[in-house]
Amino acid sequence: MPLTNNTLNYTLHLADNALILGQRNGEWCAHGPILEQDIAITNITLDLIGQARNFYQNAAACLHESGDPTASEDSLAYLRTEREFKNLLICELPNGDWAQTILRQFFFSTFQLLLFEKMKHSNNEPLVAIAEKSIKETQYHVKWSSEWVIRLGDGTTESHSRITKAVDTLWMYTGEFFIPASYEMIDVASLKNEWMNKVKEVFDEATLTLPENVFMQTGGKNGAHTEHMGFILSELQYLQRVFPGAEW
Amino acid sequence: MNTLNKNKDHIYSILQEVCDPEVPVLTILDLGIVRDIQFHEEEVEIIITPTYSGCPAMDAISVDIKLKLIEHGFKKVKVSYILSPAWTTDWMSEEGKKKLQVYGIAPPKKSTNDTRLHKMLFEEETHIECPQCHSINTKLLSQFGSTACKALYQCNDCKEPFDYFKCH
Ligand SMILES: [Zn+2]
Repeated sequence: MPLTNNTLNYTLHLADNALILGQRNGEWCAHGPILEQDIAITNITLDLIGQARNFYQNAAACLHESGDPTASEDSLAYLRTEREFKNLLICELPNGDWAQTILRQFFFSTFQLLLFEKMKHSNNEPLVAIAEKSIKETQYHVKWSSEWVIRLGDGTTESHSRITKAVDTLWMYTGEFFIPASYEMIDVASLKNEWMNKVKEVFDEATLTLPENVFMQTGGKNGAHTEHMGFILSELQYLQRVFPGAEW
Repeated sequence: MNTLNKNKDHIYSILQEVCDPEVPVLTILDLGIVRDIQFHEEEVEIIITPTYSGCPAMDAISVDIKLKLIEHGFKKVKVSYILSPAWTTDWMSEEGKKKLQVYGIAPPKKSTNDTRLHKMLFEEETHIECPQCHSINTKLLSQFGSTACKALYQCNDCKEPFDYFKCH
């Protein structure tokens, strides 16, 4: 597989999605509503960080081939600036309440599963391998988050109103999944119908309504982030910035 | 040792001493994560596959493999990872599954037998045998347990909660 800039940028985009959402979910550690669910969300976080590591290692290998021997998974995660990150905006949004965290996980994991299933049949060997590995974990994420969306939507008046509010907050960030950036190697636009069908299926069961005609926010894939992004990186990168090269 | 003992069986017998730090009754051979052994001029390379993408035990296992082989006289040891084909619990040895049960963890069922595993919402894997009293009248408490590879179950008969090494 010859190295192109697209391969590198696309791999970084996939890595950044997993890292930034993982970092966000990690904020729930020891704050989950009950112990089992605290462990569930942090287990999902661990899977996401693992995916991020695999993608970053692959990106670092791409950079080695193109003559940058200093690149590593750590340098890519800890030493790039806000505008260099290519994650989807939805990944960097604050957690909000449990309903908002759950709904974001549901939107994201449902998208990721469709993406990985398509990537598994692409012709980029390292990406095929990571996709194949990640699918198994992502299936668990989809199942868990779908069940929670239904539980909250079809639950009490309080839980229903909270998840409805989460739908209003997050929906405008779902369009970005399917609007391709120049470097994307998988046709994401083609995943939209299937994603909508899966979301509708769960929403119907959860007695939730799909919003219509919402203006969609974009920019993350090309480094134009929300005001929240700098704060995440400040926390995530603090140690390596203050003590360069620090190791466990 | 001046010359490398280029014998795979010999290496395997050494790797039999390296255990999973999180489930110490299992060797890495029981787990089925050793994919290949290769000999280069002065170096022996052990190729392993991760169980879960984010499994923190992988780094520890890699260090343990190096230390163990150095202890047996190998000077240059390299551990590399391969992701494809993805690890499955079906690669766990039968002996490993027995050891798990004795240790108090229900071993994974064959993953290929139930392809619907992830498809139905609110459906759980049933008939997971309690490692204490061997009842199959058990229930899922949480799909995500103490580590990424386990789910938490409880026995309806003896009431003991237990870990289930989930299918993967
Ligand atoms: Zn029992």
